[in-house]
Amino acid sequence: MGYSSEDLSRIANRLRVHVIEMTSAAGSGHPGGSLSSADLLAVLYFRVMRHDPKSPDWADRDRFILSKGHVAPLLYAALAESGYLPVEELMTLRKMGSRLQGHPVRGKAPGVEMSTGSLGQGLSMSCGIALAGKMDCKDYRVFCLLGDGEMQSGQNWEAAMFASHYRLDNLTAIVDRNRLQITGDTERCMSLGALDEKFRSFGWDVETVNGHDIDALTSALEKRSDGPRAIIMNTIKGKCVSFMENNAGFHGKACNCEETARALKELKEGL
Amino acid sequence: MTVQKLAQRNYYGKALAELSRSRGDVVVMDADLASSTKTSEFEKVCPERFVEVGIAEQNMIGVASGLAASGKTVFASTFAVFASGRCWEQIRLSVAYPRLNVKIVSTHCGISVGEDGASHQALEDISLMRSIPNMVVISPSDAYEAFAATKAIAEYDGPVYMRLGRSEFPTVMPMDTEFRIGRATVMREGGDVTLIGTGQLVMSCLEAADALASEGISAEVINMSTIKPLDRETLLESLGRTGCAVTAEEHSVIGGLGSAVSELLCEEMPSPVVKIGTKDTFGESGNPEKLFVKYGLAVPDVIDAAKRSMALKRKG
Ligand SMILES: Cc1ncc(C[n+]2csc(CCOP(=O)(O)OP(=O)(O)O)c2C)c(N)n1
Ligand SMILES: [Mg+2]
Repeated sequence: MGYSSEDLSRIANRLRVHVIEMTSAAGSGHPGGSLSSADLLAVLYFRVMRHDPKSPDWADRDRFILSKGHVAPLLYAALAESGYLPVEELMTLRKMGSRLQGHPVRGKAPGVEMSTGSLGQGLSMSCGIALAGKMDCKDYRVFCLLGDGEMQSGQNWEAAMFASHYRLDNLTAIVDRNRLQITGDTERCMSLGALDEKFRSFGWDVETVNGHDIDALTSALEKRSDGPRAIIMNTIKGKCVSFMENNAGFHGKACNCEETARALKELKEGL
Repeated sequence: MTVQKLAQRNYYGKALAELSRSRGDVVVMDADLASSTKTSEFEKVCPERFVEVGIAEQNMIGVASGLAASGKTVFASTFAVFASGRCWEQIRLSVAYPRLNVKIVSTHCGISVGEDGASHQALEDISLMRSIPNMVVISPSDAYEAFAATKAIAEYDGPVYMRLGRSEFPTVMPMDTEFRIGRATVMREGGDVTLIGTGQLVMSCLEAADALASEGISAEVINMSTIKPLDRETLLESLGRTGCAVTAEEHSVIGGLGSAVSELLCEEMPSPVVKIGTKDTFGESGNPEKLFVKYGLAVPDVIDAAKRSMALKRKG
């Protein structure tokens, strides 16, 4: 144990560098929402989660489910930095034959728990994994990352009802509240309103944090409740690259050559 | 002749924009993908009849059915996997059963989606939609036909599923092509084998026919842009002369065009049918052209299939 918060910030930045390099090399992918969740993944994989990259199938591991599967580059970067994958392999993202498919595939790359990419399904999957933990008297935790736009999908609310009904206190849902989806502002596209109140009314314990504050994320993730927990993580889409910040244009588009150079320069200055 | 490479979805967007002027009853819906499906072209010129639902495809279909029940002609769009898969039962009950006037136009069909990978590559949508009673299923061969088909389905009163591609690919139909639901187009006449293509694979059938001609084999090519109702007359007339067929589609060999043609021929005119399509497998990420080769959807595969179909015919 022993990464300082500064270490974790640096790791998060390294994940961001990978994300830019991977998506630029692939010529496609989803950098914006990857950058907004990078601090979270650094905290989960390097501080909060109990896991062992050498035994990805360890029965007692904590599980991370990437419901917003389009940010696969970030997941792969975190897996590589943790030691599940060789870092060089990151450059095969989205190429034919690669283990690093455009959206995560269970059983392809080590550490990828479930197949996602169609939004709105990961929270249900996480409920199943959490319920199995209860049935088997295991003490692992399940963390599920969702997009805010993704919360428009009704299946999430079926899962939310399920999780509190079955008192899944081993389940934590994290919503990346970057306020953008493909069409732009979430509130203009299909207003989400008070997400915290919505979760609360479904029987969840809810906390709202700054998703770029390592210590705030840590304490929110380490805290336990007697039912499911939701963390609404206020973030900036495209975080740490000036021209990508709050820019919906980089939701599903890779940087061109010149933008890549600029992005990497800014990120490396921050390292 | 210079080859025009055009994306079908762009021509869908153009057609919708024209319909916004000529048809006050048309409402267009999307689920956070308007910039990809090109329904954004309608929104630009007619924001008051464009309805954004957010990432909530099932709700989109339900709302579409209500609008249609109240006199609107509704176009609802999203990616093909979500349109056909996620919303299947909503489509069945809310739209098809009451035979409401909803056009589900999906884009990003098939393996040519490329880098996004299997989760986004719809290879089952024709099968899913074709099995629902009252549903018309359309798969245009190029951008011009997609444009004409959009206009034609707006005129038709009833549920329609139309699948379009993401990428740009060569046109095979004339720019001013007409579209009649349920009518196939004979693209090229021949007497030895019938190549029946749909979507992007019509082009592959034409290229295969050229190659076969240089080997002395005369292939007929049919553009089957309506998969349901199937153009029985054109098919039976052609098979009556050639006696064997190849079907080619960017879709699973289970339940798609190949199955539809086989179902007809089995009962009416038993003849060999060799199917080009994905072989009961998911796709994967990669460059579309390379994926076409890996998954057996390339021109050489069509050529081989034609020879196999002819060999089966000879064996009787
Ligand atoms: C069911 C479904 N509908 C549509 C899409 C296409 N899509 C991919 S990402 C995205 C927007 C996601 O926005 P959000 O959840 O806010 O993610 P983030 O901002 O964190 O990237 C959409 C609509 C999808 N993947 N799945
Ligand atoms: Mg978002």
